[in-house]
Parts: sequence; structure tokens; C-alpha cells
Amino acid sequence: MAKKIDQAQVRKVAKLSRLELTEAEVEEFTGQLRAILDYVEKMNELDTTNVEPLAHCLPLSNVFRQDRVKESLGTEKTLGNAPQRDGEFFKVPKILDDSSGA
Amino acid sequence: MVTEELSARQLRDRIAAGQITSVEAAEAVFKRIEELEPVIGAYISTYHDRALETAADVDRRLIAGEPVGRLAGVPVAVKDNMCTTFGATTCASKILENFHAPYNATVVEKLLAADAVIVGKTNMDEFAMGSSTENSGLKQTVNPWDTTRVPGGSSGGSAAAVAARLCFAALGSDTGGSIRQPAGFCGVVGLKPTYGRVSRFGLVAYGSSLDQIGPVTRTVADSALMMNVIAGHDPADSTSVDEAAAPVCDYLEKLNEPLKKLKIAIVPEFGAGADEQVQKAMTEAIDVYKKLGAQIVEIDMPHLDYAIAAYYIIATAEASSNLARYDGVHYGHRSEKATDYVEVYSKSRAEAFGKEVKRRIMLGTYALSSGYYDAYYLKALKVRNLIRGDFTSAFEKCDCIMMPVSPTVAFKIGEKIDDPLQMYLSDIYTIAANLAGVPGISVPCGFDQNNLPIGLQILAPAFAEDKLLAIARMFEKETDWHTKMPAIIT
Repeated sequence: MAKKIDQAQVRKVAKLSRLELTEAEVEEFTGQLRAILDYVEKMNELDTTNVEPLAHCLPLSNVFRQDRVKESLGTEKTLGNAPQRDGEFFKVPKILDDSSGA
Repeated sequence: MVTEELSARQLRDRIAAGQITSVEAAEAVFKRIEELEPVIGAYISTYHDRALETAADVDRRLIAGEPVGRLAGVPVAVKDNMCTTFGATTCASKILENFHAPYNATVVEKLLAADAVIVGKTNMDEFAMGSSTENSGLKQTVNPWDTTRVPGGSSGGSAAAVAARLCFAALGSDTGGSIRQPAGFCGVVGLKPTYGRVSRFGLVAYGSSLDQIGPVTRTVADSALMMNVIAGHDPADSTSVDEAAAPVCDYLEKLNEPLKKLKIAIVPEFGAGADEQVQKAMTEAIDVYKKLGAQIVEIDMPHLDYAIAAYYIIATAEASSNLARYDGVHYGHRSEKATDYVEVYSKSRAEAFGKEVKRRIMLGTYALSSGYYDAYYLKALKVRNLIRGDFTSAFEKCDCIMMPVSPTVAFKIGEKIDDPLQMYLSDIYTIAANLAGVPGISVPCGFDQNNLPIGLQILAPAFAEDKLLAIARMFEKETDWHTKMPAIIT
């Protein structure tokens, strides 16, 4: 089975999750996640060699509907909860680095 | 007069008969909220003026002889993870503290169309992640039976509000027991319908393949009444089931249909982990059914023991994906300290998510990450199939399965909050139903030596809510547990 989760992995997962953790949180979560994952290992007692994975319980595959234009929320409602906006846009910090020369 | 003995259905009938006005009912509820809410803390927001306007409109229409809906004038509460165009929809999270939904959840539209009077939005564990409502980022809810104890969770606010008579019925959501467990802890009825029976449109997603909305009520008949309003296909939710494949029926009408040769399964080995007093109440509950002529069969469901392990991988994996939308850009909290776009994400999320939410996002991200996917997520999906198989074979031998809702009664506030694994283990009896997609109900079945409620859980095959409610009603007719009220309200 997978090796026990350590602080380096917790930091990596935090980065993937876009969660800035404090050192104290890294330490706390490492212990707690380790305990939870130890418990979860219990699943390995079961032989699942010929078992299909079940992602959800309904016998649904594709659900089709008519391709018809319907009313949408509109700009004002859509932007109504934006933390920052600029006219008709969501406003965010610059995403391109000026120094890249691109 | 509006008394605490009245059920939602009785209130509705009296309002329709002109014996009580909707305004009187709403005023009685708000008077109780004024008295008890400072202690109970069931609501994140209440809507006094709006509720009284709706109530006055129902009264006016009744006097004018105009048609009214099935919940006309009944004060109800909605868990705060269901979108409403009035007020905020917070999910008890600081990240959504000021979020104003641009549309109503389908269930909210249905309540409004039925002329229900929405009193307020109830407290919960943040994003429905928890079993005690202690993970709310906004406030604490206590158990009306003992204010030093938790109301259960995650729909703790809804269960506490119904138990303390701060509304006549409520909606909760159940991903791993979040309706049934708080209902059990608070001595009320809680129904998790079959996955796909009730629209999830406008329900803030936690574990999309597991989440289901359902009623929390004082009586079984009230749950049937609520189901009559909320069940059914919704074109806006592609996982809500086509009614041609699984018809919705009049659950109230079918409530008292006699069930001949009822076969009840129990799972002796699995139930043995519960506290002695819980087991005693279970045995007595089964005896009630035996006296009514039911046959009891003992079965084995060998994979139930693995439900918690599979659940906490599947639910957190789905959560890690669902909660990626809280990016500080489109809505919700944005950090003032962010200097670049990555920090907009990572600082906003760090500042506004609570610990349990962070923990679950981390766990789910880990389980889905490269190198661990097969060992955790894929394995959990396979175990899920085995668990569903247990239910399929069980229902070949019985009409329903009975077990406790929880291994213990309501625990003390703070008792499990520092040990997430212990908190997770308290969901042992409720989680499998979500993994298998089957409906389950919690009905009051006794009290322990400290006068804390114990819940009986009944599980039925998919889309057999009519039968499930009728089986629960059989028990309620023979017992008076559901009529007991916490001392705080009398």
C-alpha cells in the first residue's frame, strides 16, 4: 500500500488545492490525514479484482434535451456577487508577467 | 389556537378550515423564535416581514375562495445550502457569508408554489461537512433536549428548529446521514429520499453523487406531505429521475395502506456496535413490529463495515472538485492580501474555509492525485459497488432493513471536534444508504437514561418512499415517542 502521507505531501496537496496553509495547519493535517488514511486502508481487506467501479447509482448514461435558446441570467445578475468588477468584467490581478518579454 | 402539539398537516388543515389564520401561525412561530432562538441558535437568518406578508396573502386568498397550495400557511425552514433569491445563501461558510443567489433552488420554488411560509434558513456544518453542526463558520446550534449537546449534523439547524417548534417542518440535505442523524439526535422524523427523487438544482454541491434533499418533520405524515411537494423530475437537474421510469405518488394517501406479510431484515453483527441503550430501544422497536405481525429475518451485509472508508474517499474527492469553484473571482470572499492571481485563490480559500472543509478538500485532492487514484478513489468506487450489491441481495429477502440511526445519543459539544476520525465513525449506520442511493428514514423510538432521543432507521429499496413512509407510520401509530417534547419549550 501507499507510503504514509508526510508533511511534504501535505504541502504539495495544499498547493494543488490552492489552499495556503500555516505551518501549524500542515502539522495538524498531516497527523489527521494519516489517521484517516490508515483507517481507509481497511478497504484493502476486500478483494475487488473483478468488481466494476460504481460512480453513481442511477442507470443514467446520456440525458438529452432540446437544443433551444432559453433566457439566461444576464450580465447584472451574473456579476452581482463579484468581489471586484470592472464594467462588464470580473476584475482579477494581472495574470501575465511583464518581464517575460512575451 | 396554535399549540406545540400541532403537526404541519394538522395546521394546514386548520388553516384551510378557517380555524387558524396563517398570520396567527406565523406570529406564533416568530414569538417562539424570539424566546428560544437565542438559546438554540437554529437559524442563520429569519425573514419575519416577508413571512408575514406571505401569510397575509394566503389568508386573503382563503377568504376570497381562491385556490391555495398544499402547504398553504405552514411555517417552514430551509437549510442554508439551498439557494434563495431573498437573503443570503451562506452554507454556514465565511466564503459565502454575503452571497445572494440569483435564482431559487427548485425545492424552494416548489415550497413557494405550495404557499408555504418560509420562516428562515437554518444553520449547518459548513458546506454540509460534519455530524454535529459544530463546523458551522457562522454560529453554534445546540440540542433542544440538552443544550450542552450537539443537535447532530449537518442539518442540525433544521432538526433543532423542528424539535424546538421554531417551524412546523424543514428541509435538510443528506450526503452521509445529514438528515437522519440530526433528526435522530433531536427526536424528530427525517427522510432521505432515493438519489434522484428530489431535484438538487440550487442545492450547493458537496458530494454530487450522494447529496439528496429531504424533509425534517415532527411526524411521518408531515414527511409524506413535504414529499408530495418536493418530489419529482426537474429538467434543470439531469440526475433527477424521469417520472415515467419511477412514478411519484401521493405519499400521504398511501401512508395508511395496510402492509401485509411485512418482512423486516436486521443485520445483527453490524448493529452490535451500538450503545447498550440504543440496542435496547432497537429491540423494543422491532418487538412493536413483531406484535403487528411482521416477520423478522436476520441477514448479513458483509460490506457495510467498509462504508465509512469508501465514503470518506468518494465524498471528499467529489467535494475537492465541487469546491474548486470558490476562487475569489466570481462570487464569495476575496482576500485583500492577494498580490497575484494564484494568491487570489489560495489566500481567499485559506482565509474563508473552516478547518473541516480544508481537511476534506485536502483528503479528496490527495485521493484523486497522480499515483494515489487507483489505490484510493478507484478502490472506493469498487467497494461502493459491493455495498450496493449488499442492498440488492438484502431486498430480495425483505421489504425493509432496520438498524439504529447512530451508535450513540447526541454527544457533548466539543467532545469529538478535535478528532475528525471519531466524528466520521459516528456516521456508521447512515452512510451506506447514500453510497447505494436507497431511501432511509429516522423515526423517534425511545430515550436513554438522560432523556435524550434515540432514532430508529428504516431503509427501503430505491423509489419505495411510499412503502418506507407507511412502514414508519405503522410504528408511529403504536408508540408515543414522537409526541414527546423537549422541556425547554413547555
